Amino acid sequence: MPVNAELAGRSYPAAPPYLVGREKVREFARAVLATSPLNLDPEAARAAGYADVVAPPTFAVVVQEHTLAQLLEDPDSGIDFARVVHGDQRFSFTRPIVAGDELTATLTVTSVKSLGGHSMVTAETAVVGADGEHVVTAISTLVVRGDE
Amino acid sequence: MADNMATPAGLRVGDVVAERSIHLTRDTLVRYAGASGDFNPIHYRDDVATAVGLDGVLAHGMLTMGLAVQPVVDWLAGDSGKIVDYQVRFTRPVVVDAETGADVTVVAKVGVLDDAGARIDLTVTVADQTVLGKAQVRVVLA
Repeated sequence: MPVNAELAGRSYPAAPPYLVGREKVREFARAVLATSPLNLDPEAARAAGYADVVAPPTFAVVVQEHTLAQLLEDPDSGIDFARVVHGDQRFSFTRPIVAGDELTATLTVTSVKSLGGHSMVTAETAVVGADGEHVVTAISTLVVRGDE
Repeated sequence: MADNMATPAGLRVGDVVAERSIHLTRDTLVRYAGASGDFNPIHYRDDVATAVGLDGVLAHGMLTMGLAVQPVVDWLAGDSGKIVDYQVRFTRPVVVDAETGADVTVVAKVGVLDDAGARIDLTVTVADQTVLGKAQVRVVLA
């Protein structure tokens, strides 16, 4: 089944709020080989002016992931997960994510393109804090391979 | 400000601000799978990777993206909050051998200096082949 060309412009309901845990941030930081005390030590983060440990930039994908699952699980999207390859990724921050944040993420498909038998689906996930203010937008382009 | 002018920090376009070689093993991939929640078996099972036509178990693209920016974070005195934008293109998979692992080399160079700060361009290679394209990190320097 091909990717639904009418996906472009579609938004999904906001994913359930994601509460950023301190130990999750520290676990993620160690997993990407971060060594900065600001990512690992609450005292160091507070001394630098943050409320708690700062999440590494790519931690935002953990929050985004829940919205990508909505897209991939939507039978009407026509996206066969087994054929999906991650093409590119971008994070644009208004402020960094810190432990204690309660984040709400909403995905919108911004474009669907065909290229040489493949489909390129670009989706933007806007992430806001408990105050409704923008924190980060995560943008992924997924390459969906066509029939061999 | 013209690109060839030094900033207050003395930075110039073309300066290498960080350079690092990072050794990945299967342990690194398993740890990232747990931390990120990405349990796709192509990142830890040889039989599954082979069955879907891959050259071997691959590092998660998001792991490569995540560790490639760390030399820049360290250059920013550990303040990852100064990174306001980070993008990459996944151009080539990173095969991580069960015994020998893989070595990822990161070179971070100043690409643009302007009023907003700097754009740091990353060259990320494995065995001299580029694995991330258009890898750009926007940082504020204030």
